[in-house]
Amino acid sequence: MTMIFGVPVQALMGQLLVGLINGSFYALLSLGLAVIFGLLRVINFAHGAQYMLGAFAALLLLTVGGINYWLALLLAPVIVGVFAALVEKTMLSRLYKLDPLYGLLFTFGLALAIEGTFRYFFGASGKPYAPPAQLTGAVNLGFMFLPIYRGWVVVASLAVCIAVWLLIEKTKLGAYLRAATENPTLVQAFGVNVPLLLTLTYALGAGLAGFAGVLAAPVYQVSPLMGSNLIIIVFAVVVVGGMGSILGAIVTGYMLGVVEGLTKVFYPEASNIVIFVIMAIVLILRPAGLFGKDA
Amino acid sequence: MSAPLLNVRDLHAWYGESHVLHGVNLTVAEGEMICILGRNGMGKTTTLRSIMGILRKRSGRIEFAGRDMTAVALHQTARAGLGFVPEERGIFASLSVEENLMLPPKVAEGGMSVEEIYDLFPNLKERRNSQGTKLSGGEQQMLAMARILRTGARCLLLDEPTEGLAPVIIQAIGEVLQKLKGRGMTVVLVEQNFRFAAKVADRFYLMDHGRMTAEFPVAELPAQMDMLHRELGV
Ligand SMILES: Nc1ncnc2c1ncn2[C@@H]1O[C@H](COP(=O)(O)OP(=O)(O)O)[C@@H](O)[C@H]1O
Ligand SMILES: [Mg+2]
Repeated sequence: MTMIFGVPVQALMGQLLVGLINGSFYALLSLGLAVIFGLLRVINFAHGAQYMLGAFAALLLLTVGGINYWLALLLAPVIVGVFAALVEKTMLSRLYKLDPLYGLLFTFGLALAIEGTFRYFFGASGKPYAPPAQLTGAVNLGFMFLPIYRGWVVVASLAVCIAVWLLIEKTKLGAYLRAATENPTLVQAFGVNVPLLLTLTYALGAGLAGFAGVLAAPVYQVSPLMGSNLIIIVFAVVVVGGMGSILGAIVTGYMLGVVEGLTKVFYPEASNIVIFVIMAIVLILRPAGLFGKDA
Repeated sequence: MSAPLLNVRDLHAWYGESHVLHGVNLTVAEGEMICILGRNGMGKTTTLRSIMGILRKRSGRIEFAGRDMTAVALHQTARAGLGFVPEERGIFASLSVEENLMLPPKVAEGGMSVEEIYDLFPNLKERRNSQGTKLSGGEQQMLAMARILRTGARCLLLDEPTEGLAPVIIQAIGEVLQKLKGRGMTVVLVEQNFRFAAKVADRFYLMDHGRMTAEFPVAELPAQMDMLHRELGV
């Protein structure tokens, strides 16, 4: 068997892939958090619940509506986004004038309420969601077997991250978003409907979480608490990358996923805490985050 | 004389509990360029911010083109034809020069085309791909004005455009204002530099502690010099 650094190549590649997959979810979720925080200045604690909603939407679309994975991949993020837009319009938007803590507390409460509701109706146990037929099976890469669905997760998340990055950096809408992140009042005084922009941005961030949820459904099981377990790590990712940095959120997401995977190979005992250790180091050495702008 | 384009009556404004404007009266005819003079902290910027609707805690009447603006949402004010160039210029660091220029949505026909703007401000064309805040202070002021000229706004609220700039740049800004006047643009100019303002403004207001305390046409400026020196402390 081929060895690298005293570790079988197969184990190394396997964990690297697991790392990339986890990193895909970290990247999608921290990207959504960064987009929301950048413009709304709200730390969206409901992000994990919105991820879970995406997975449940896919599950219910399938079991109740007979709607397949591919359509769910489009529909579920839209459903989550519309739900988020309603929440923003009717509740969250009332808190912008107050201390940012109110937004955090509200979204935290919202997450508890959503997760509690789903636990009440669906129980705490996970439900399986089969990957679509086109993505089942594995390919032999020579040094390892790659389950096709897992490869798809990495590709799809990367494509969506790049698309969102292009939207923000290269389009007119993105220019509004960047400008409003700096000075919302002036952008509104220019005639841009900034309240609408805030609603759309919250919907976009939540929709990204919903998309991640659909991608996750066949990998993990669909359960009401799937998001709350993940979101803690994602917040650590955001702290490492730097709050509000779009590119930072994406790159840090994949990077920390891979670091976590490699830690599982070389020092498994630390794999659950390595991201938090990195977070602590970054907080000491570069409190604004790796990609954050120093104040 | 026809009804003024902008008519401000008994305008009061507050920052929280702090009462800053105490009954401002101001009229501007279509195509007129008026200048508000006054020492620092007298409420000139607050007047513009209140007219624009950025400062919402206000009372009194603000009529623009016959329409009461106090009930209009901030993002609708620009659509009514008011354009704002803030004292701090408000150039966005995360946008390129060209993105800054193209940012404000068009509100009406009759604005300058991008080519006309680049003819007027060749520096901006040269540096259109730079980061907005990498421009010099003078170029940032040009950009702040240029981006409003694109939108087709009828009335420009211009807050201390010459503040902190070198004489050559001040002269260039003066030329731009002359051109705007030639195009029939209505302008409310806030200035401390009344020698500069005298070259472009039709009429002057003097502002003191949240009120207009004097008003005179440019022809009376020589007669008012002593008073202005006293009031402005220059
Ligand atoms: N954001 C603010 N909060 C509280 N007070 C302010 C604020 N901005 C200005 N002021 C106060 O309002 C008064 C008028 O200010 P301003 O309109 O900026 O004056 P000017 O433009 O004539 O120099 C000043 O006393 C100033 O201290
Ligand atoms: Mg001022």
